[in-house]
Amino acid sequence: MKRFNKILLLAVVSAFVVTGTAVFANGTQEKTSAAKAETTKANIQRVVLNNNKPGGDLEIFSWWAGDEGPALAALIKVFKKHYPNVNVINATITGGSGVNAKAVLKTRMLGGAPPDSFQVHAGQELIGTWVIANRMVDLTPLFKQQGWMKVFPKDLLNLIGTKDGIWSVPVNIHRSNVMWYVPDNLKKWGVTVPKTWDEFFKEADKLQAKGIVPLALAQAWTVNHLWESVALGVLGADNYEALWKGNLSWTDPKVVKVWETMDRILKYTNKDAASLSWQQATDMVVKGKAAFNIMGDWASGYMSTTLKLTPKKDYGWAPSPGTSGNFIFLADSFGLPVGAKNPDATVAWLKVCGSKEGQDAFNPLKGSISARTDSDLSLYNVYSKSAAKDWASNRIVGSLTHGVVANEGFMNDFSSVMEMFLNNRNAQQAANACQAIAIQNGIGK
Amino acid sequence: MATTISRIHRRDIIKSVLIVLPSIILIGIFVYGFIGNTIYTSLTDWGESAGLALHPVKHFVGLNNYKKLFTDIIQNRFRQDLVNMVFYSIFLLTGTLSLGLFLAVLLDRSVKYEGFFRTVFLYPMSLSFIVTGTIWRWLLAPSGGVNLIPEIFGLPRGKFLWISNRQTILIFNWQNVLTILLVPFTLLMIYLLIKNFIKADIKKGIIYSIAAFFFLLYIFVLRNILPPVLPYKEPHGFKLATIGIIIAAVWQYSGYTMALYLAGLRGLPASIREASKIDGATEFQYYLKIAIPNIRPITLSAVIILSHISLKLFDLIYAMAGADNINTGHPSINMYLTTFRANQFAMGAAMAVVLFIIAALFIIPYMVHSHKERKSG
Repeated sequence: MKRFNKILLLAVVSAFVVTGTAVFANGTQEKTSAAKAETTKANIQRVVLNNNKPGGDLEIFSWWAGDEGPALAALIKVFKKHYPNVNVINATITGGSGVNAKAVLKTRMLGGAPPDSFQVHAGQELIGTWVIANRMVDLTPLFKQQGWMKVFPKDLLNLIGTKDGIWSVPVNIHRSNVMWYVPDNLKKWGVTVPKTWDEFFKEADKLQAKGIVPLALAQAWTVNHLWESVALGVLGADNYEALWKGNLSWTDPKVVKVWETMDRILKYTNKDAASLSWQQATDMVVKGKAAFNIMGDWASGYMSTTLKLTPKKDYGWAPSPGTSGNFIFLADSFGLPVGAKNPDATVAWLKVCGSKEGQDAFNPLKGSISARTDSDLSLYNVYSKSAAKDWASNRIVGSLTHGVVANEGFMNDFSSVMEMFLNNRNAQQAANACQAIAIQNGIGK
Repeated sequence: MATTISRIHRRDIIKSVLIVLPSIILIGIFVYGFIGNTIYTSLTDWGESAGLALHPVKHFVGLNNYKKLFTDIIQNRFRQDLVNMVFYSIFLLTGTLSLGLFLAVLLDRSVKYEGFFRTVFLYPMSLSFIVTGTIWRWLLAPSGGVNLIPEIFGLPRGKFLWISNRQTILIFNWQNVLTILLVPFTLLMIYLLIKNFIKADIKKGIIYSIAAFFFLLYIFVLRNILPPVLPYKEPHGFKLATIGIIIAAVWQYSGYTMALYLAGLRGLPASIREASKIDGATEFQYYLKIAIPNIRPITLSAVIILSHISLKLFDLIYAMAGADNINTGHPSINMYLTTFRANQFAMGAAMAVVLFIIAALFIIPYMVHSHKERKSG
């Protein structure tokens, strides 16, 4: 009898497991055939422009709380001025660079309840996750109607679109390849701002002899951030772009050289990098413990707003070594997901996001520059003015760490490869591993 | 008369079944059904492309994901995570058990203000791992906290990089992983074998000798004939960066084992202690030879609880070292990143299933054991 009970219990449990498997398996098999039919049709939804007066609720999903809150509020204020009938629901989920917001967004999209518009890094982070899944609406007609094809740089439009369309409206532009320093300190130490990595190594030896850290570095992602600047500096813009298009192999000697340069650079960085935040690395430069720091231009916002330093006088900047004339950009953008409840209001929102008025209200507060080449520069601070000048004239390439050139799968795996490299400093092995993850994530050939 | 009794009995059975039925169905769907779903997902390629489509395309790929986890060069990180997990478990168990027992013995000797000390030692357990992690991240910062302690005594400041350390010790080649796992088992089998033959329990002795024979056969013969588990050498080992995490975890859970042990020690009848004193045993001998063997069931449940905590260690590492610090990595963090950051749902599910199997290896023998005990007791 007791034995019988045991067997019965086991049978019931395994029945549940098996039916669980079977039910879902059946469900997905049916779905599989349906999905195949859908993808073969490749029906890309295109935005429909009409003259309806937008109204109702508009849910805007973003991770702009805290410091960036006021900038978003300013943008929403502009929207309200033009469309007073729309009730804006400002749904923010805190967490730097959207870690939490992205996870919540994925569950909402999978559950079939997309917000009307959501913040996303423009480029492959959007394309590799949502566009290939057929979840975004092509915005090309809107871009043409609003004349954005002309005011946004062509390089930018290429990087945020695919051959099938343009998928989101960039609201702001940040620059990734900026090297920060304190001019007075450099004068004191007798060091000039290096234009190439070879120059950097020469200056770095001098600095190290004085007991100063040549290059301040922080935790994991800032190393990836440094890597993209090094890669652009060593490879040049053409090869850098070829890498992401799959036209240049990751095991090419040129790319191995990037890792070798990286290895040399890391010898001139602080030992405790992995336990610092990016602000602490910037602090090292400000306090005179380190000479240089390569960080995105949110560091300018941190130094001018939080630390109350004057740009150009208290801190200076230059393109990272070997990258002058090039601009590694990253952008936050908004798009229109398939199945959004109120597409008219979303299109209205996107119009404001891309407008000169909207961008010039948002960006001075965010510390970024406008994606448009015709923005009113008098509204921006000294650093942003110089960045905007470069934005209009430089060759524009995309950032890896911030989602422009590679999809989320590659970005995640690249972090692991970088950690492996930091542990064993084996350039060839890192290059091989990158080739493997590039193939797995559909970048390389 | 007999029929009425059986009728009442039957009604009781129906009632009791009806009462437990809802929870059986709910647990069946939401626990076992979803375990089944995860296992199925792990056998597909969901996430290879367009994983987040409204109707994602999934193909059945068999055990391919598991094969990748244990052989693919990209999944090197997962294998190191497994090694880390073993070390986390070993050190968390030995640390909390020994420290907890030590504290319990100290308190057992009826000290003044015992209630106060008990609360102090137990208090860390009431914190969440995120809080513990944040506190210890500050304490173990390279230029602050613990590293400043030597300065108080006029010594130079400590330079140890606690969490950002990149050193590895006890390095072994992953190709030898099976051998390394089997050696302790073989030694255990040989020990049991000898013990049973001395006790003249031939039947058990034969079972153990067969097991030992196969293990030895693998270690000395098959290992050299079979193809290696990996085509290339891959070093793994004990990462020094995990020491910081282990310290924080031990700090948090030794109070808990103390409470368990203290209850056990208090549960022993006072007559045993008196009898041992009369027989001339010292205090040390009493604890070592009498008290500790008598509270073995408590050690066993503490081991089970702590080992499954170390299998689920996620928030502490996340708060202390961040998700991308590979040296303090844990399969659970890797699983989260693979699933929700890289969108590789099938691979993430495969990691979850591996973790599930390892956890089951701990829990199921314990359940069987306690079930048997309950029946015999």
